[in-house]
Amino acid sequence: MAVLVIADHDGATVRDTTHKTVTAASKIGGDIDILVVGEGAKAAAEAAAKIKGVRKVLLAESAGLGKVLAETVEATVLPLAEGYDAILAPATTDGKNFAPRIAAKLDVAPISDIIEVVSADTFVRPIYAGNALETIQSSDAKKVITVRPTGFDAAEEGGSASIETVTGGDAPKTTFVSEEKVKSDRPELGAAKIVVSGGRAMGSSEEFHAVMDPLADKLGAAVGASRAAVDAGYAPNDYQVGQTGKVVAPELYIAIGISGAIQHLAGMKDSKIIVAINKDPDAPIFQVADYGLVADYKTAVPELMTALG
Amino acid sequence: MKVLVPVKRVIDYNVKARVKADQSGVDLANVKMSMNPFDEIAVEEAVRLKEGKGHHAANTAEEIVAVSVGVTQAQETIRNALAIGADRGILVQSDTDLEPLAVAKVLKAVVDEEKPDLVLMGKQAIDGDNNAVGQMLAALLDWPQATFASKVEIKDGKAQVTREIDGGLQIIEVTLPAVITVDLRLNTPRYASLPNIMKAKKKEIATKAVADYGADTAPRLKVVKVTEPPKREAGEKVADAAELVAKLKSKGVI
Repeated sequence: MAVLVIADHDGATVRDTTHKTVTAASKIGGDIDILVVGEGAKAAAEAAAKIKGVRKVLLAESAGLGKVLAETVEATVLPLAEGYDAILAPATTDGKNFAPRIAAKLDVAPISDIIEVVSADTFVRPIYAGNALETIQSSDAKKVITVRPTGFDAAEEGGSASIETVTGGDAPKTTFVSEEKVKSDRPELGAAKIVVSGGRAMGSSEEFHAVMDPLADKLGAAVGASRAAVDAGYAPNDYQVGQTGKVVAPELYIAIGISGAIQHLAGMKDSKIIVAINKDPDAPIFQVADYGLVADYKTAVPELMTALG
Repeated sequence: MKVLVPVKRVIDYNVKARVKADQSGVDLANVKMSMNPFDEIAVEEAVRLKEGKGHHAANTAEEIVAVSVGVTQAQETIRNALAIGADRGILVQSDTDLEPLAVAKVLKAVVDEEKPDLVLMGKQAIDGDNNAVGQMLAALLDWPQATFASKVEIKDGKAQVTREIDGGLQIIEVTLPAVITVDLRLNTPRYASLPNIMKAKKKEIATKAVADYGADTAPRLKVVKVTEPPKREAGEKVADAAELVAKLKSKGVI
Protein backbone atom coordinates (compact mmCIF):
# COMPACT_ATOMS: atom_id res chain seq x y z
CA MET A 1 0.00 0.00 0.00
CA ALA A 2 1.11 3.52 -0.74
CA VAL A 3 -0.77 6.79 -0.35
CA LEU A 4 -0.06 10.06 -2.15
CA VAL A 5 -1.01 13.27 -0.36
CA ILE A 6 -1.23 16.39 -2.50
CA ALA A 7 0.00 19.28 -0.37
CA ASP A 8 -1.84 22.51 0.29
CA HIS A 9 0.89 25.16 0.43
CA ASP A 10 1.74 28.78 -0.26
CA GLY A 11 5.12 28.18 -1.88
CA ALA A 12 7.10 28.87 1.29
CA THR A 13 5.44 26.48 3.68
CA VAL A 14 2.74 23.82 3.85
CA ARG A 15 -0.56 24.65 5.49
CA ASP A 16 -1.94 22.86 8.52
CA THR A 17 -4.53 21.22 6.23
CA THR A 18 -1.70 19.15 4.73
CA HIS A 19 -0.68 17.85 8.18
CA LYS A 20 -4.28 16.83 8.83
CA THR A 21 -4.51 15.04 5.50
CA VAL A 22 -1.32 13.13 6.37
CA THR A 23 -3.06 11.94 9.55
CA ALA A 24 -6.00 10.67 7.46
CA ALA A 25 -3.50 8.97 5.12
CA SER A 26 -1.82 7.26 8.06
CA LYS A 27 -5.18 5.76 9.04
CA ILE A 28 -5.51 4.22 5.58
CA GLY A 29 -2.07 2.68 6.08
CA GLY A 30 1.01 2.11 3.93
CA ASP A 31 3.78 4.44 2.84
CA ILE A 32 2.89 8.11 2.61
CA ASP A 33 4.39 10.39 -0.02
CA ILE A 34 3.60 14.08 -0.40
CA LEU A 35 3.36 15.83 -3.75
CA VAL A 36 4.11 19.55 -3.83
CA VAL A 37 3.02 21.18 -7.08
CA GLY A 38 3.95 24.78 -7.75
CA GLU A 39 6.39 27.28 -9.15
CA GLY A 40 9.20 28.08 -6.72
CA ALA A 41 7.80 25.65 -4.18
CA LYS A 42 11.07 24.15 -3.00
CA ALA A 43 10.71 25.67 0.47
CA ALA A 44 7.24 24.16 0.78
CA ALA A 45 8.65 20.76 -0.22
CA GLU A 46 11.30 21.10 2.48
CA ALA A 47 8.59 21.93 5.00
CA ALA A 48 6.56 18.91 3.85
CA ALA A 49 9.60 16.67 4.31
CA LYS A 50 9.59 17.54 8.03
CA ILE A 51 6.14 16.05 8.62
CA LYS A 52 6.44 12.88 10.67
CA GLY A 53 5.66 9.59 8.95
CA VAL A 54 6.33 10.75 5.40
CA ARG A 55 8.41 8.46 3.15
CA LYS A 56 9.32 10.98 0.48
CA VAL A 57 8.30 14.29 -1.01
CA LEU A 58 7.78 14.73 -4.73
CA LEU A 59 8.31 18.24 -6.04
CA ALA A 60 6.84 19.28 -9.38
CA GLU A 61 8.10 22.73 -10.29
CA SER A 62 7.65 24.60 -13.52
CA ALA A 63 6.54 28.00 -14.69
CA GLY A 64 3.17 26.59 -15.75
CA LEU A 65 2.47 25.48 -12.20
CA GLY A 66 2.65 28.92 -10.65
CA LYS A 67 -0.96 28.79 -9.66
CA VAL A 68 -2.89 25.68 -8.78
CA LEU A 69 -4.99 24.94 -11.87
CA ALA A 70 -6.98 21.71 -11.87
CA GLU A 71 -5.64 20.77 -15.28
CA THR A 72 -1.97 21.15 -14.30
CA VAL A 73 -2.41 19.14 -11.10
CA GLU A 74 -4.27 16.45 -13.05
CA ALA A 75 -1.51 16.24 -15.66
CA THR A 76 1.14 16.06 -12.92
CA VAL A 77 -0.61 13.41 -10.84
CA LEU A 78 -1.76 11.00 -13.57
CA PRO A 79 1.71 9.69 -14.48
CA LEU A 80 2.36 9.07 -10.76
CA ALA A 81 -0.99 7.45 -10.01
CA GLU A 82 0.05 3.92 -10.89
CA GLY A 83 2.30 3.71 -7.85
CA TYR A 84 -0.44 4.55 -5.35
CA ASP A 85 -3.51 2.88 -3.88
CA ALA A 86 -4.99 6.14 -2.69
CA ILE A 87 -4.61 9.81 -3.56
CA LEU A 88 -5.62 12.28 -0.88
CA ALA A 89 -5.97 16.05 -0.83
CA PRO A 90 -7.36 18.42 1.77
CA ALA A 91 -10.94 19.50 1.01
CA THR A 92 -9.90 23.09 0.35
CA THR A 93 -11.13 24.96 -2.72
CA ASP A 94 -8.01 23.71 -4.53
CA GLY A 95 -8.47 20.10 -3.46
CA LYS A 96 -12.16 20.17 -4.37
CA ASN A 97 -11.22 21.65 -7.72
CA PHE A 98 -8.68 19.05 -8.88
CA ALA A 99 -9.50 15.82 -7.01
CA PRO A 100 -12.70 14.87 -8.91
CA ARG A 101 -10.92 15.66 -12.16
CA ILE A 102 -8.16 13.20 -11.29
CA ALA A 103 -10.75 10.62 -10.19
CA ALA A 104 -12.64 10.83 -13.49
CA LYS A 105 -9.41 10.36 -15.47
CA LEU A 106 -8.67 7.26 -13.39
CA ASP A 107 -12.29 6.10 -13.76
CA VAL A 108 -12.88 5.93 -10.02
CA ALA A 109 -15.61 7.43 -7.85
CA PRO A 110 -14.20 10.32 -5.81
CA ILE A 111 -14.95 10.41 -2.11
CA SER A 112 -15.45 13.98 -0.91
CA ASP A 113 -14.86 15.59 2.44
CA ILE A 114 -14.27 12.55 4.66
CA ILE A 115 -14.31 13.07 8.42
CA GLU A 116 -13.30 9.53 9.43
CA VAL A 117 -11.35 6.59 8.05
CA VAL A 118 -13.08 3.36 9.11
CA SER A 119 -10.74 1.11 7.11
CA ALA A 120 -8.67 1.31 3.93
CA ASP A 121 -11.84 1.22 1.80
CA THR A 122 -14.53 2.57 4.14
CA PHE A 123 -15.03 6.19 5.08
CA VAL A 124 -17.49 8.50 6.84
CA ARG A 125 -18.60 11.76 5.27
CA PRO A 126 -21.33 14.29 6.04
CA ILE A 127 -24.25 14.70 3.62
CA TYR A 128 -27.35 16.93 3.58
CA ALA A 129 -25.51 19.92 5.06
CA GLY A 130 -24.16 17.82 7.89
CA ASN A 131 -27.58 16.56 8.95
CA ALA A 132 -26.59 12.96 8.20
CA LEU A 133 -23.37 10.98 8.21
CA GLU A 134 -22.83 8.48 5.43
CA THR A 135 -20.51 5.49 5.81
CA ILE A 136 -19.42 4.37 2.34
CA GLN A 137 -17.34 1.50 1.11
CA SER A 138 -15.47 1.94 -2.16
CA SER A 139 -15.00 -0.96 -4.55
CA ASP A 140 -12.52 0.97 -6.70
CA ALA A 141 -8.97 -0.38 -6.77
CA LYS A 142 -7.67 3.16 -6.37
CA LYS A 143 -9.25 5.76 -4.12
CA VAL A 144 -9.33 9.50 -4.71
CA ILE A 145 -10.33 11.27 -1.52
CA THR A 146 -10.64 14.78 -0.16
CA VAL A 147 -10.22 15.16 3.59
CA ARG A 148 -12.15 17.59 5.75
CA PRO A 149 -9.32 19.10 7.80
CA THR A 150 -11.44 19.70 10.90
CA GLY A 151 -12.07 15.94 11.09
CA PHE A 152 -8.45 15.03 11.82
CA ASP A 153 -5.61 16.08 14.11
CA ALA A 154 -2.50 17.54 12.51
CA ALA A 155 0.42 15.14 11.95
CA GLU A 156 3.44 16.08 14.03
CA GLU A 157 6.69 17.52 12.79
CA GLY A 158 9.98 15.66 13.20
CA GLY A 159 10.34 13.75 9.94
CA SER A 160 13.19 13.97 7.47
CA ALA A 161 11.90 12.62 4.17
CA SER A 162 13.92 12.85 0.98
CA ILE A 163 12.82 15.17 -1.84
CA GLU A 164 12.57 13.96 -5.43
CA THR A 165 11.79 16.04 -8.47
CA VAL A 166 9.00 14.97 -10.82
CA THR A 167 7.78 16.43 -14.09
CA GLY A 168 4.96 18.92 -13.91
CA GLY A 169 1.99 19.04 -16.27
CA ASP A 170 0.51 21.94 -18.18
CA ALA A 171 -2.90 23.37 -18.96
CA PRO A 172 -3.04 24.48 -22.60
CA LYS A 173 -6.68 25.60 -22.46
CA THR A 174 -6.57 27.51 -19.18
CA THR A 175 -4.73 30.74 -18.37
CA PHE A 176 -4.26 32.28 -14.97
CA VAL A 177 -5.17 35.97 -15.10
CA SER A 178 -4.98 37.37 -11.59
CA GLU A 179 -5.63 36.79 -7.95
CA GLU A 180 -7.00 38.97 -5.21
CA LYS A 181 -6.19 37.75 -1.72
CA VAL A 182 -7.81 39.20 1.36
CA LYS A 183 -5.01 40.38 3.61
CA SER A 184 -5.30 39.68 7.29
CA ASP A 185 -3.00 39.52 10.30
CA ARG A 186 -5.48 37.33 12.11
CA PRO A 187 -5.28 33.54 12.23
CA GLU A 188 -6.65 31.64 9.25
CA LEU A 189 -10.37 30.95 9.61
CA GLY A 190 -10.06 27.20 9.04
CA ALA A 191 -7.27 26.75 11.58
CA ALA A 192 -8.13 29.32 14.28
CA LYS A 193 -8.71 28.21 17.87
CA ILE A 194 -11.30 30.93 18.36
CA VAL A 195 -13.71 32.21 15.73
CA VAL A 196 -16.05 35.17 16.15
CA SER A 197 -18.76 35.32 13.51
CA GLY A 198 -21.14 38.11 12.66
CA GLY A 199 -24.50 38.04 10.93
CA ARG A 200 -26.86 40.30 9.08
CA ALA A 201 -27.79 42.12 12.29
CA MET A 202 -24.67 44.26 11.82
CA GLY A 203 -26.40 46.24 9.09
CA SER A 204 -23.36 47.50 7.20
CA SER A 205 -19.76 46.67 6.33
CA GLU A 206 -18.48 49.53 8.52
CA GLU A 207 -20.51 48.32 11.46
CA PHE A 208 -19.44 44.70 10.87
CA HIS A 209 -15.77 45.58 11.03
CA ALA A 210 -16.20 48.11 13.83
CA VAL A 211 -17.86 45.45 15.99
CA MET A 212 -16.06 42.26 14.97
CA ASP A 213 -12.47 43.38 14.40
CA PRO A 214 -11.68 44.71 17.90
CA LEU A 215 -13.32 41.66 19.50
CA ALA A 216 -11.35 39.30 17.26
CA ASP A 217 -8.12 41.15 18.07
CA LYS A 218 -8.79 40.97 21.78
CA LEU A 219 -9.38 37.21 21.61
CA GLY A 220 -6.73 36.44 18.98
CA ALA A 221 -9.59 35.06 16.92
CA ALA A 222 -10.41 34.73 13.23
CA VAL A 223 -13.50 36.51 11.94
CA GLY A 224 -16.25 34.59 10.22
CA ALA A 225 -19.64 35.57 8.86
CA SER A 226 -23.00 34.13 8.00
CA ARG A 227 -24.07 33.86 4.38
CA ALA A 228 -26.59 36.63 4.99
CA ALA A 229 -23.83 38.99 6.10
CA VAL A 230 -21.69 38.08 3.09
CA ASP A 231 -24.55 38.36 0.59
CA ALA A 232 -25.43 41.77 2.00
CA GLY A 233 -21.83 42.85 1.40
CA TYR A 234 -20.97 43.35 5.08
CA ALA A 235 -18.17 40.80 5.02
CA PRO A 236 -15.90 39.41 2.26
CA ASN A 237 -16.81 36.08 0.61
CA ASP A 238 -14.07 34.06 2.18
CA TYR A 239 -15.34 34.90 5.69
CA GLN A 240 -18.40 32.75 5.07
CA VAL A 241 -18.90 29.81 7.40
CA GLY A 242 -21.35 27.16 6.29
CA GLN A 243 -22.28 24.44 3.82
CA THR A 244 -21.34 26.71 0.95
CA GLY A 245 -18.46 28.42 2.72
CA LYS A 246 -15.82 27.18 5.13
CA VAL A 247 -16.22 24.41 7.67
CA VAL A 248 -14.63 25.31 10.99
CA ALA A 249 -14.32 23.43 14.27
CA PRO A 250 -12.52 25.75 16.67
CA GLU A 251 -12.27 25.44 20.45
CA LEU A 252 -14.61 28.39 20.77
CA TYR A 253 -17.13 29.74 18.25
CA ILE A 254 -18.94 32.96 19.09
CA ALA A 255 -21.95 33.65 16.84
CA ILE A 256 -23.11 37.23 17.05
CA GLY A 257 -26.38 38.27 15.45
CA ILE A 258 -26.60 34.96 13.57
CA SER A 259 -29.93 33.13 13.59
CA GLY A 260 -28.45 29.69 12.90
CA ALA A 261 -29.87 28.49 9.57
CA ILE A 262 -29.22 24.84 8.56
CA GLN A 263 -26.60 25.93 6.06
CA HIS A 264 -24.68 27.95 8.67
CA LEU A 265 -24.81 25.19 11.30
CA ALA A 266 -23.28 22.82 8.71
CA GLY A 267 -20.12 24.90 8.92
CA MET A 268 -19.65 25.26 12.66
CA LYS A 269 -21.60 22.75 14.71
CA ASP A 270 -18.54 20.62 15.44
CA SER A 271 -16.97 23.51 17.35
CA LYS A 272 -16.04 22.52 20.89
CA ILE A 273 -17.86 25.33 22.63
CA ILE A 274 -20.48 27.46 20.91
CA VAL A 275 -21.59 30.82 22.24
CA ALA A 276 -24.58 32.63 20.78
CA ILE A 277 -25.37 36.28 21.27
CA ASN A 278 -28.72 37.17 19.75
CA LYS A 279 -31.60 39.37 20.77
CA ASP A 280 -34.16 36.83 19.52
CA PRO A 281 -34.57 34.19 22.24
CA ASP A 282 -36.15 31.81 19.69
CA ALA A 283 -33.24 31.91 17.23
CA PRO A 284 -32.27 28.32 16.24
CA ILE A 285 -28.64 29.05 17.12
CA PHE A 286 -29.59 28.77 20.82
CA GLN A 287 -30.47 25.09 20.27
CA VAL A 288 -26.83 24.24 19.65
CA ALA A 289 -25.15 26.88 21.82
CA ASP A 290 -23.41 25.87 25.04
CA TYR A 291 -23.79 29.40 26.33
CA GLY A 292 -26.46 31.74 25.12
CA LEU A 293 -26.81 35.43 25.84
CA VAL A 294 -30.12 36.97 24.81
CA ALA A 295 -29.11 40.55 24.13
CA ASP A 296 -28.63 43.08 21.38
CA TYR A 297 -25.06 42.83 20.09
CA LYS A 298 -24.85 46.63 20.29
CA THR A 299 -24.81 46.46 24.07
CA ALA A 300 -23.51 42.89 24.52
CA VAL A 301 -20.30 43.23 22.52
CA PRO A 302 -19.04 46.39 24.30
CA GLU A 303 -19.86 44.72 27.62
CA LEU A 304 -18.02 41.64 26.49
CA MET A 305 -14.99 43.76 25.59
CA THR A 306 -15.06 45.31 29.06
CA ALA A 307 -15.47 41.95 30.77
CA LEU A 308 -12.52 40.57 28.82
CA GLY A 309 -10.44 43.39 30.28
CA MET B 1 -23.57 29.64 -28.63
CA LYS B 2 -25.40 26.69 -27.17
CA VAL B 3 -25.45 26.21 -23.42
CA LEU B 4 -26.23 22.98 -21.59
CA VAL B 5 -27.41 23.31 -18.00
CA PRO B 6 -27.61 20.16 -15.88
CA VAL B 7 -30.14 20.48 -13.05
CA LYS B 8 -30.86 18.20 -10.08
CA ARG B 9 -34.01 17.59 -8.09
CA VAL B 10 -33.09 17.59 -4.41
CA ILE B 11 -34.67 18.01 -0.97
CA ASP B 12 -35.72 21.65 -0.52
CA TYR B 13 -32.94 23.60 1.20
CA ASN B 14 -35.21 24.69 4.03
CA VAL B 15 -36.09 21.13 5.02
CA LYS B 16 -34.08 19.45 7.74
CA ALA B 17 -33.15 16.00 6.47
CA ARG B 18 -34.24 13.09 8.64
CA VAL B 19 -32.30 9.86 8.77
CA LYS B 20 -34.38 6.68 8.38
CA ALA B 21 -34.60 4.45 11.44
CA ASP B 22 -33.08 1.50 9.56
CA GLN B 23 -30.02 3.65 8.68
CA SER B 24 -30.50 2.96 4.97
CA GLY B 25 -30.61 6.61 4.01
CA VAL B 26 -32.45 9.89 4.39
CA ASP B 27 -36.24 9.81 4.41
CA LEU B 28 -37.45 11.57 1.27
CA ALA B 29 -41.06 10.35 1.36
CA ASN B 30 -43.48 13.30 1.48
CA VAL B 31 -40.63 15.77 1.70
CA LYS B 32 -40.69 18.97 -0.32
CA MET B 33 -38.32 18.71 -3.30
CA SER B 34 -36.94 21.60 -5.36
CA MET B 35 -34.29 22.43 -7.88
CA ASN B 36 -30.82 22.39 -6.31
CA PRO B 37 -30.17 26.08 -5.44
CA PHE B 38 -26.79 26.16 -7.21
CA ASP B 39 -28.42 24.81 -10.39
CA GLU B 40 -30.99 27.59 -10.29
CA ILE B 41 -28.11 30.06 -10.38
CA ALA B 42 -26.63 28.22 -13.38
CA VAL B 43 -29.96 28.40 -15.24
CA GLU B 44 -30.27 32.11 -14.42
CA GLU B 45 -26.76 32.79 -15.72
CA ALA B 46 -27.52 30.93 -18.96
CA VAL B 47 -30.68 33.00 -19.42
CA ARG B 48 -28.71 36.20 -18.78
CA LEU B 49 -26.23 35.08 -21.45
CA LYS B 50 -29.15 34.86 -23.84
CA GLU B 51 -30.72 38.14 -22.77
CA GLY B 52 -27.47 40.09 -22.67
CA LYS B 53 -27.80 40.91 -18.98
CA GLY B 54 -25.14 40.90 -16.32
CA HIS B 55 -21.73 41.02 -17.94
CA HIS B 56 -22.93 39.56 -21.17
CA ALA B 57 -23.53 40.90 -24.65
CA ALA B 58 -26.98 40.14 -26.05
CA ASN B 59 -27.36 36.79 -27.79
CA THR B 60 -24.20 35.38 -26.28
CA ALA B 61 -26.29 32.23 -25.97
CA GLU B 62 -28.75 31.22 -28.68
CA GLU B 63 -30.10 28.06 -27.14
CA ILE B 64 -30.30 26.78 -23.58
CA VAL B 65 -30.87 23.09 -22.99
CA ALA B 66 -31.70 21.94 -19.46
CA VAL B 67 -30.90 18.32 -18.67
CA SER B 68 -31.64 16.25 -15.60
CA VAL B 69 -30.61 12.71 -14.77
CA GLY B 70 -33.08 11.24 -12.32
CA VAL B 71 -36.54 9.91 -11.53
CA THR B 72 -39.68 10.79 -13.55
CA GLN B 73 -40.49 13.66 -11.18
CA ALA B 74 -37.26 15.38 -12.20
CA GLN B 75 -39.39 16.53 -15.12
CA GLU B 76 -40.80 19.18 -12.75
CA THR B 77 -37.26 20.42 -12.14
CA ILE B 78 -36.68 20.72 -15.89
CA ARG B 79 -40.06 22.48 -16.23
CA ASN B 80 -38.86 24.94 -13.62
CA ALA B 81 -35.70 25.62 -15.66
CA LEU B 82 -37.87 26.14 -18.76
CA ALA B 83 -39.98 28.64 -16.82
CA ILE B 84 -36.85 30.60 -15.89
CA GLY B 85 -35.97 30.74 -19.59
CA ALA B 86 -34.35 27.54 -20.86
CA ASP B 87 -35.52 26.57 -24.36
CA ARG B 88 -35.94 22.83 -24.12
CA GLY B 89 -35.26 19.96 -21.79
CA ILE B 90 -33.89 16.45 -21.70
CA LEU B 91 -34.79 14.02 -18.94
CA VAL B 92 -32.52 11.03 -18.67
CA GLN B 93 -34.62 8.72 -16.58
CA SER B 94 -33.08 6.60 -13.89
CA ASP B 95 -34.94 4.78 -11.14
CA THR B 96 -31.85 4.51 -9.00
CA ASP B 97 -29.91 7.41 -7.59
CA LEU B 98 -26.78 7.48 -9.73
CA GLU B 99 -23.39 8.26 -8.26
CA PRO B 100 -21.63 11.46 -9.39
CA LEU B 101 -19.22 9.50 -11.63
CA ALA B 102 -22.16 7.83 -13.39
CA VAL B 103 -23.97 11.17 -13.76
CA ALA B 104 -20.82 12.68 -15.25
CA LYS B 105 -20.64 9.83 -17.78
CA VAL B 106 -24.29 10.22 -18.77
CA LEU B 107 -23.80 13.98 -19.11
CA LYS B 108 -20.72 13.39 -21.26
CA ALA B 109 -22.87 11.30 -23.61
CA VAL B 110 -25.47 14.09 -23.70
CA VAL B 111 -22.73 16.63 -24.47
CA ASP B 112 -21.38 14.40 -27.26
CA GLU B 113 -24.87 14.39 -28.79
CA GLU B 114 -25.86 18.02 -28.18
CA LYS B 115 -22.43 19.57 -28.77
CA PRO B 116 -22.88 22.65 -26.57
CA ASP B 117 -20.19 25.33 -26.38
CA LEU B 118 -20.60 25.70 -22.66
CA VAL B 119 -21.86 23.62 -19.76
CA LEU B 120 -23.04 25.74 -16.84
CA MET B 121 -23.88 23.88 -13.65
CA GLY B 122 -24.06 24.12 -9.89
CA LYS B 123 -20.85 23.64 -7.90
CA GLN B 124 -22.51 21.06 -5.66
CA ALA B 125 -25.86 19.48 -4.89
CA ILE B 126 -27.09 20.15 -1.38
CA ASP B 127 -28.01 16.49 -0.78
CA GLY B 128 -24.84 14.54 -1.61
CA ASP B 129 -22.57 17.58 -1.03
CA ASN B 130 -20.00 15.97 -3.33
CA ASN B 131 -18.92 18.97 -5.40
CA ALA B 132 -17.60 16.66 -8.11
CA VAL B 133 -19.80 16.20 -11.19
CA GLY B 134 -18.70 19.35 -13.04
CA GLN B 135 -15.01 18.62 -12.56
CA MET B 136 -15.51 15.01 -13.67
CA LEU B 137 -17.52 16.01 -16.72
CA ALA B 138 -14.75 18.42 -17.74
CA ALA B 139 -12.16 15.66 -17.31
CA LEU B 140 -14.15 13.11 -19.31
CA LEU B 141 -14.56 15.64 -22.13
CA ASP B 142 -10.97 16.88 -21.82
CA TRP B 143 -12.39 20.37 -21.53
CA PRO B 144 -11.03 23.09 -19.27
CA GLN B 145 -12.97 23.79 -16.09
CA ALA B 146 -13.73 26.90 -14.09
CA THR B 147 -15.24 25.99 -10.75
CA PHE B 148 -16.91 28.11 -8.03
CA ALA B 149 -17.62 30.98 -10.43
CA SER B 150 -18.81 34.29 -9.00
CA LYS B 151 -18.47 36.18 -12.30
CA VAL B 152 -18.50 34.96 -15.90
CA GLU B 153 -17.64 36.95 -19.02
CA ILE B 154 -17.77 35.34 -22.45
CA LYS B 155 -15.67 36.90 -25.20
CA ASP B 156 -13.96 35.73 -28.38
CA GLY B 157 -14.39 32.03 -27.79
CA LYS B 158 -13.16 32.30 -24.23
CA ALA B 159 -14.68 32.61 -20.80
CA GLN B 160 -13.07 34.80 -18.19
CA VAL B 161 -14.21 33.50 -14.85
CA THR B 162 -13.76 34.91 -11.37
CA ARG B 163 -13.51 32.02 -8.94
CA GLU B 164 -14.10 32.00 -5.21
CA ILE B 165 -11.07 30.45 -3.59
CA ASP B 166 -9.87 30.14 0.01
CA GLY B 167 -8.38 33.50 0.85
CA GLY B 168 -10.07 35.54 -1.86
CA LEU B 169 -10.75 35.53 -5.57
CA GLN B 170 -8.94 34.18 -8.62
CA ILE B 171 -9.52 35.06 -12.24
CA ILE B 172 -8.80 32.50 -14.96
CA GLU B 173 -9.51 32.35 -18.65
CA VAL B 174 -10.65 29.11 -20.27
CA THR B 175 -10.98 28.31 -23.95
CA LEU B 176 -14.46 27.21 -24.98
CA PRO B 177 -15.93 24.65 -24.94
CA ALA B 178 -15.64 24.50 -21.17
CA VAL B 179 -17.44 23.48 -18.00
CA ILE B 180 -18.22 26.24 -15.51
CA THR B 181 -19.60 25.44 -12.05
CA VAL B 182 -21.33 28.29 -10.30
CA ASP B 183 -21.16 29.63 -6.77
CA LEU B 184 -23.92 31.34 -4.81
CA ARG B 185 -22.75 34.84 -5.47
CA LEU B 186 -22.84 34.65 -9.26
CA ASN B 187 -26.38 36.01 -9.47
CA THR B 188 -29.81 36.10 -7.87
CA PRO B 189 -32.17 33.80 -9.74
CA ARG B 190 -35.45 35.33 -10.85
CA TYR B 191 -38.85 34.04 -9.88
CA ALA B 192 -40.62 32.38 -12.77
CA SER B 193 -43.69 34.48 -13.62
CA LEU B 194 -47.05 32.82 -14.23
CA PRO B 195 -47.02 33.58 -17.98
CA ASN B 196 -43.54 32.06 -18.19
CA ILE B 197 -44.69 29.00 -16.24
CA MET B 198 -47.56 28.65 -18.74
CA LYS B 199 -45.17 29.07 -21.69
CA ALA B 200 -42.84 26.48 -20.20
CA LYS B 201 -45.62 23.89 -20.43
CA LYS B 202 -45.44 24.13 -24.21
CA LYS B 203 -41.70 23.67 -24.37
CA GLU B 204 -40.37 20.28 -25.34
CA ILE B 205 -38.87 17.80 -22.89
CA ALA B 206 -37.29 14.75 -24.53
CA THR B 207 -37.36 11.67 -22.34
CA LYS B 208 -34.50 9.24 -22.56
CA ALA B 209 -33.24 6.36 -20.49
CA VAL B 210 -29.77 5.96 -19.05
CA ALA B 211 -29.44 2.83 -21.21
CA ASP B 212 -29.90 4.95 -24.37
CA TYR B 213 -26.50 6.46 -23.78
CA GLY B 214 -24.62 3.25 -23.10
CA ALA B 215 -22.61 4.80 -20.29
CA ASP B 216 -21.13 2.58 -17.58
CA THR B 217 -23.15 3.57 -14.53
CA ALA B 218 -22.34 0.61 -12.29
CA PRO B 219 -22.08 1.76 -8.68
CA ARG B 220 -18.59 1.97 -7.17
CA LEU B 221 -19.64 2.96 -3.71
CA LYS B 222 -21.75 1.00 -1.27
CA VAL B 223 -23.60 2.92 1.39
CA VAL B 224 -22.94 0.88 4.53
CA LYS B 225 -25.15 3.07 6.67
CA VAL B 226 -26.48 6.56 7.13
CA THR B 227 -26.62 7.81 10.70
CA GLU B 228 -27.55 10.93 12.57
CA PRO B 229 -24.67 13.13 13.58
CA PRO B 230 -23.97 13.31 17.31
CA LYS B 231 -26.62 15.50 18.86
CA ARG B 232 -25.70 18.78 20.42
CA GLU B 233 -27.82 19.73 23.36
CA ALA B 234 -28.80 23.29 24.08
CA GLY B 235 -26.65 24.60 26.90
CA GLU B 236 -27.44 27.31 29.38
CA LYS B 237 -28.42 30.93 29.09
CA VAL B 238 -26.21 33.44 30.83
CA ALA B 239 -27.44 36.72 32.30
CA ASP B 240 -24.77 39.06 30.96
CA ALA B 241 -21.38 39.43 29.34
CA ALA B 242 -19.51 39.20 32.65
CA GLU B 243 -21.07 35.82 33.44
CA LEU B 244 -20.28 34.64 29.91
CA VAL B 245 -16.62 35.57 30.26
CA ALA B 246 -16.46 33.86 33.68
CA LYS B 247 -17.91 30.65 32.20
CA LEU B 248 -15.52 30.67 29.25
CA LYS B 249 -12.57 31.29 31.57
CA SER B 250 -13.61 28.38 33.79
CA LYS B 251 -13.68 26.17 30.68
CA GLY B 252 -10.20 27.36 29.78
CA VAL B 253 -11.08 28.44 26.25
CA ILE B 254 -10.12 32.09 26.78
